[in-house]
Order: sequence, then structure tokens, then C-alpha cells
Amino acid sequence: MFNSGRRTFSKNEVTSWSLPNYWDFIALILILSIILLIGWAAAGMTTTHYTVGETIPISLDPSALPYYSLRTVLRMLIGLLCSLIFTLTIGTLAAKSKRAEQVIIPLIDILQSVPVLGFQVIAVVPFLALFPNSLLGPECAAIFAIFTAQVWNMTLSFYQSSRTISPELIEAVQMFRLSAWQRFWRVDVPNAMPGLIWNSMMSMSASWFFVVASEAITVANKNITLPGIGSYIAAALPNADLHAVGYAIIAMLIVILAYDQLMFRPLNQWMERFRAEESDDVGRTQPWIISLFEHTRLMRNMGVLIGQFWDAFVNLSWFRQKKTVIQHEHNEWVSKIIVISWYSLVSIIMFTAIAFLVWYIKEAIAWHEVLWVICLGLFTGLRVIVLIFISSLIWVPVGVWVGLRPRATKIVQPLIQFLASFPAYLFFPVVVMLIVRFKLNPEIWTSPLMVLGTQWYILFNVIAGTLALPKDLRQVASNLQVTGWLWWKRLILPAIFPYFITGAITAAGGAWNASIVAEVVTWGDTTIRATGLGSYIAAYATNLNYPHLALGIAVMCLLVVIINRIFWRPLYNLAEKYYFFD
Amino acid sequence: MTDNLHNGVKQALIEVVDIKKSFKKSDNQDLLVLDNLHFTLREGELIALLGKSGSGKSTLLRIIAGLVKPNSGEVRFCHQPVYAPVPGMSMVFQSFALMPWLTVLQNVELGLEAQGVPPAERRARAIKAIDIIGLDGFESAFPKELSGGMRQRVGFARALVVDPTVLLMDEPFSALDVLTADNLRSDLLDLWNEGKTKLKGIVLVTHNIEEAAALADRILIFGSNPGCIRSELTVDLDHPRNESDPAFRKLVDDIYTLMTQPEEGVVAIRGLRFKTIDLGYRLPKVEISEITGFLEAVHTPEYKTKADLPEIAEELHLNVDDLFPITEILEIMRFATVEKGDIALTESGKQFADADILQRKKIFADNLMNYVPLARHIRHELDKDPGHRVSEERFLAELEDYLSHEAAEEVLKIVIDWGRYAEIFAYDYNTGLLSLENPQ
Repeated sequence: MFNSGRRTFSKNEVTSWSLPNYWDFIALILILSIILLIGWAAAGMTTTHYTVGETIPISLDPSALPYYSLRTVLRMLIGLLCSLIFTLTIGTLAAKSKRAEQVIIPLIDILQSVPVLGFQVIAVVPFLALFPNSLLGPECAAIFAIFTAQVWNMTLSFYQSSRTISPELIEAVQMFRLSAWQRFWRVDVPNAMPGLIWNSMMSMSASWFFVVASEAITVANKNITLPGIGSYIAAALPNADLHAVGYAIIAMLIVILAYDQLMFRPLNQWMERFRAEESDDVGRTQPWIISLFEHTRLMRNMGVLIGQFWDAFVNLSWFRQKKTVIQHEHNEWVSKIIVISWYSLVSIIMFTAIAFLVWYIKEAIAWHEVLWVICLGLFTGLRVIVLIFISSLIWVPVGVWVGLRPRATKIVQPLIQFLASFPAYLFFPVVVMLIVRFKLNPEIWTSPLMVLGTQWYILFNVIAGTLALPKDLRQVASNLQVTGWLWWKRLILPAIFPYFITGAITAAGGAWNASIVAEVVTWGDTTIRATGLGSYIAAYATNLNYPHLALGIAVMCLLVVIINRIFWRPLYNLAEKYYFFD
Repeated sequence: MTDNLHNGVKQALIEVVDIKKSFKKSDNQDLLVLDNLHFTLREGELIALLGKSGSGKSTLLRIIAGLVKPNSGEVRFCHQPVYAPVPGMSMVFQSFALMPWLTVLQNVELGLEAQGVPPAERRARAIKAIDIIGLDGFESAFPKELSGGMRQRVGFARALVVDPTVLLMDEPFSALDVLTADNLRSDLLDLWNEGKTKLKGIVLVTHNIEEAAALADRILIFGSNPGCIRSELTVDLDHPRNESDPAFRKLVDDIYTLMTQPEEGVVAIRGLRFKTIDLGYRLPKVEISEITGFLEAVHTPEYKTKADLPEIAEELHLNVDDLFPITEILEIMRFATVEKGDIALTESGKQFADADILQRKKIFADNLMNYVPLARHIRHELDKDPGHRVSEERFLAELEDYLSHEAAEEVLKIVIDWGRYAEIFAYDYNTGLLSLENPQ
């Protein structure tokens, strides 16, 4: 697709097919092997004659890893595709329809805080029923879990970009009478593209973080471990196989690198054209994969063909049906009735859902346990707060240091991307060994795992904030010889404040979600539990006790939403009002 | 097209009939922005809508285009009522409105795509339009690679490629520098006069007096609050018009005179005419530095008793949108009086120009308290309040009885600015409190 966009137009369009050249063969081999690999992995996914309860053997032999990686990659790609479709449909709906917006946006806000594991537990039963006697059921459940780890930030990003298109562009679109279909592909999607690509990269990191949870599925007290890197890691942990953990790290590294090279780098390059202004990042090197395709001859013609196909798709005449515009008077009564019935419908559904949840939990659980779960939630909350505070103390100075040095920034940014996708499970051996060896308190020392994946958002945003600081201000500060604490207090901290808040909000949200993974640590025969909402949910997820699970997840959602509303939102508004540069 | 001009059969292209437009101010109050608008664009005509910013001329253009619905009245294009954008009218935007992710060629093709023109024809027509507008060689460039003038050329090519009958232009040259704007203007005139296109009429919205004088066959001068056509000038000069031609200078002078003609609230005191305003008056957005700078510039031996506005505008590089707000506030605060396109300083205006920084604050404070009721009102309320502190919200609510929410915010911001300069009250940004105390 990016190939078609990069072609140059000339008056005499190349119409004849040129002979393939040497580069074409390399490109062809690359494309064919990707297609073959995906096909192979897909064949594995749809294995029939599978009955639930049958264990799929997971080999710890490193030679099995390439195939496992492939399966994991395929799942993530399908998840990303689903997320994209969801984003383009639901995100558009939220941006275009005020009524849909009033439901969708708060809903996503809540769904964001539902742990990935929660979705999986709910989804697995219907998917198994949908595909009986096939591996497709558990596979779908796993993909669904991955999808839920990826989708929300993408949808929110698309929704936000769609609402901030410049009004003159919209007027131009109306003036030239583009159809809704053309407008969507020519304006809405390209406009949202930079944010969307950035967020899908973040989403990939998030889905790596939950790779173990998504591939190990529990249903009817039976464990299904789908072939994949996650299951490989899950198998290595109880066996205390350090070598296997090492192999898993290497495999992950290679896969993430391949993603970066084959997908995100070209996408990033492609994304540049969607930016309204030239970025000052001159002298960047062209990704090799783009150079490769630019050298080919046959493939370039293919690109032109794809471009024409795309053009025809955007201009499909079926979507160009225009309504004849007549001036119609809005009947105030009718519209009032519609509004009232819409709100009543929404509130009825909401109250029914809440009533059902309360009834469902109350049937099985006593009140004092509810209180106890809330208490557990406060424990986990305390951990989140302390950890965000500590990681801020560490990463704010580091981020400022890096941000002030453009060279360091270039090296550090891709590194963070990788570190953010590093699953907490891979640190289990280290954590368990340290705790056992030094007899540490697990209540405290398991917690760093919670911020393992999410602390990087703080660093990332602090770097971005430091980069955005106008050079003039820095020069003024040094001209006036403002140094030391005064320099931090009057220049840097206010300047990065809004960025820092954005990072901290993301990090805190992620830490809640990660608590399920981080509060129960297994290595060999040793299982260490910390007291908290995460371990509560994890425990009931393994033996599938639905009422307890529902309670745990509901409390977590509630706490996250409340904390966001009373703590983060006001802080963010403050930051936006006083500290952003215009 | 020139034939059409001379054979006497001038078909009406656009008829604007009794347009009224108001925006919602609050739940049950509306703010009238356009009132009683009535005019006709005939075949072969280039009409300029000239007015200060906020006079609603851009809104009118959007109503003509079918982008904004009027509250009452009708726009007819070739005798057909316009309810939504129609083929045959296209528009050039102030900030170009190009899709940053499409190449020049793709941007120009956009309107043709919307019409469902097949790809080959689309391409050919777009390339021809790009040639005509002088962008040959930049087909594959992205807008961000082009300078402002080039971008607006793409805007013109995009508007012309769909073969419009009428071209609507919303201050198309105002985002460009002087030379580039001149260049593009004369290219547009060539296109228009040589009849290379199927264009039969142009509506140009502008706040630049010289631009209107240089281009238009007819100039409609807008008044504000609510927007209406105050006067109409027919221009009989041949193209190309020479800016130093006495006839052209006279035209510019006439426009200035018409535009500075008092609208309302004018009183005569000792033979001088001043403007008196009430509490909810929409104060012009003027910086203190603009007021002092302008007074200093006028108070030179060069202009003994009065200064010619076109002359001073040229000297200070001010366009209408900068100039008229300043003259308006000078009239309100009785630093100067404007008549027939000339401005003369009053005694206090001259004193102000001669004073030093602290004296200036004193004079400004006196005049502010005397002639700007809102400033006086705020000071009284602060004096009355036991703690001498009042929230800005209260004054905002009061202003909203007269103005839209945005306008009220703007006016309050302006008066707070002036009041802080005059030291008649203090203001805290974080709390939004007005007070009488000075910061520690």
C-alpha cells in the first residue's frame, strides 16, 4: 500500500509491464515466504478433532520456538486487524453520532480498566460452543484477549483525531460534495493515521505483555495451552527451566525486531506524508524494506495496480448515491421524543446491567467478602500509587537527561519500545530467587513487576516533553544563570508537567491491569502471592469461580474509574490549562 | 465573458434575498449576525464584500455556498434555491484547506472524484488545471513542501478544475505576504479577463480596501452588529488598474470615507463628533501598544491637525482589520475624532502622546473610567465589595445579556487588559478574581 502512495505521477503513465529485475526476486521471495508462513500457522490454528481437556503438549526444546513464535505472531496480527476494524467502525460512529458518542466513550473508558484476563474468561465459553471439536474455539478466545489488550487506545485515538479535523478542511469536503464514503477514506482515515500507527505500536507492546495470559486458557477446570511463545514461557516457569526462559527472550527479541523492520518502520516512514507539517527529523535513513521495493520493477507495477484498485475502491459508485437535499423542518416534538426515549433506553439498560451484576454477586458472596475485596483493591491501589511515585522519581531525571540530548533520544526510543513489550513473566525467576534467597517480604517485593511494562510511558512522555521545550527558554535560563533546583522548579518541571501527567495516567492504568500478572509469582515449585486485588482475580480465574471473578473485576473497574475521575482528570485539566505551550 | 459585459443581457447568477442569520447565545436568546441582506451577482461580475472582521461577511459567503443555513431568507443560484453545496459553485479558502496527505495532483482531483469522473479524464483535467494556474512540475509534491503562495495556487486549481460558474473566495490572499499576494491577484485577474475558464462570476470576501479597489466591479461595504450592507460602490475603472492613478486613489479615499462613516451612538460635542457606548458594547480588540503607537505616529509635525487614513494606513502597514479597531477605540475614549476618512487628535490625545509612561497611565485611566462604561462598572463593583474582590464570572454573566459567550469572554479580556494597564484594578489569572490590591 505504501508503495502505491510513493509512486510519482507523470503525464505518461507507465502502461506496459516491464520485465522483473533482480530486486523483484528478493521481494518476491520475501512476500511468498511471509504468505507461506502465515498459511502454515493458520493451518495449525484450525486443527479439528480437538476435544476440550485434551492437553496440547508444549515442548521446551528451542527448535519448537520458531513455530510457536509464528503462531503467536499470527494471533497478534489477527488481533490487530480486528482492532483496526473495530476502531474504524465504532470510532467513526462515536465521532459522527452524538448519541452513540454518549454511550461508546464512557463504555470504552470502563472497558479499558477491565483486565485482559476478565475478557478471556467471559469469551472462552461462547467461542468453544461456536467451534466444537476444533482448536478454533480456544484460538478465538486467545485472539479476543489480545484484541482487548490492543483495541481501546486505538479507538480513542481515532475518535479524537476525527473530532479535531480543521473546520476549513471539512468545509472544503462539503463544498466539493464528497460522499461519506469518499470523505471517510480521503479525510477521516488519513487524518487519524499518525495517531493510529503510533497507538497500534503501543498496542502491540501491550499484547506482548499479556502473551502468557492470553495463550493459557482455563475452562471447566481444564487448562488449554495454545502453541505459542506465551505457553512456552508458561511451561518453563513451573519447570524452573532457566535456559528455556533465555530462549524465549531471544525468540521475542527476534520477533519484535522483525515486526519493527517489516511493519512499523515502513509504516512510520509512510506516516510522514500524513503529517500536516514537515518534521524536522531530516537525514533519517530510509527503511531497507522500502528501498527494496523501490528497486523492483515488477513489484512497482504491482504497486501501481494496487493503487488503481484502491482508487476504484474509494470511488465505488455504489457509495456515491447522493440524497436529494430538500429543506426539511425539524419537528421539535418528534426530536424531543426521540431524545427522551434514547436516554430512557440507555438508562434502563444500564440499570438492568447493574442490578443483574449486584444480584449475581449477592447470590454467591457475603457482604463481608465484598468489603474485603474493596480492601484488597485499596492494597493494590496503594502499590500502584507508591510505584508510580518511585518510578517518576527515577524516570523524570533520566527522561530530561535523554530529552536534552538528541542523539541519546534516537537510541533510547526504540529501546523503550522493546522494554515496554517485555512480559513480566520473564522476570519471575529473578524475583522469586531474590525473595527466597534474602527472605524478602513478598507484599513489597513482588510489586515492581506491576510497573515493569508501564513505567516506560512515564519515560517516553518526559522525553517528549523535554523535546517540546522551546530552545529559547533553555537559552534564557542559562543566560540568567538559572541552575540547580531553581532550574528544575522554574523551567523543566512546569514544562514537562502535562506530558508527565499523560504518561503517569497511562502507567497507572497499565499497572492496575498488570497486577493480575504480578501479584502471583511462580518459579519451579515456589509460588509467591501478595495480598491484593490482582492475586484475588488471578486465583478465581484459574478455578473459574464466576461470581468472585465478577466481583473482583467490578471492584477493579470501579476503583480505576473513580481514581481517574477524582485524581487524574483534574490534574490533567490543570496541566492542559496552564502548562501547554500554544 | 467580456462580451457578456457589453451586450447588456446580464443574467442573475446568485440572488441573495433577505438573508437573516443569528447564532444561539443562550437557550432562549439569539445573537443576530446578519440582517436584511439583499444583493445580486450578475453574469460577468466580480463583487467584493468588504468589511471589518466580525462583520459576518465570511458567514454570508458560507450561506451563499450552502455550507451554513440562514435563519430566514433564501439564496438562489441560477434561479434555483440553494440548501447545500451545489455543483457550479466552488470555493477558495483563507487557509487553503488542502489535504496534507494528498499530493498536489490528488488534491486537485478531489472535486472530480466526488463527481465520479473516470480516472483517466480526471487526471487529464487536473493536469490541465495545474498547468493553467502555473504549478506545472509540482504535481507529485505534498502541500507541506510548497510555500504559502504555491499552496493557494493549488487551492485555485482545485476550485477551477470542476469548471464552476461562480467562484467564492474567502480572503484568499490574506494569509500571504504582500508580494506573493500581488502576484497571485494579477494572475487571477488575467484568468478572469482572458476567459480561459468557464467562470461567469466571482464573489470575493476581503478586509483589504486596496484589494477590493483593484479587483472588483462592484464593492459592497459591510457594517457590523448585525452585519448588513451599508453602502455599495460601482467601480468603472479598466483593468489593469494603476494604484497611483488619481482615479484609483479617489476610489480608495471614498471607500475609507464610507467605512468610517459613523454607524450609531455618535454625539457632537463642541463641534467634534464622538462615539458614546453602553455597558454591553462589543469593544474592539486592540492592544495598549497599538493605541500608544498609533497616537505617537499621528502626533507628528507631518500631520498638523488631521491625518488622511489611507495615507497613515500605508505608512504603518495596517490593513482595515488592524486600523479600524484602533480608530474606533480612539473615538470611544475621545483621544481622536474621525471624519470623512481623516483622523484628528483631541487635546487629551495630544497630551497622551506627549506624556511619559506614568502620566500616560493616568490619562488612560481617566478616559477609561469616563468613557468605557464596563470599566467603570467593574471598578464600582470592586469599590462596593467589602473585600474588594469580585469573580470575573459575574461580569461575564452580565455581559452575556448583551453578547454571545465567546464575544463576552473576548470583551471582558480586553477590558481587563486595559484596566490592568491603567491600574484601576488587578486580576489574578489562576483564580479569575478581579481585585483592588496590587500583587505583592
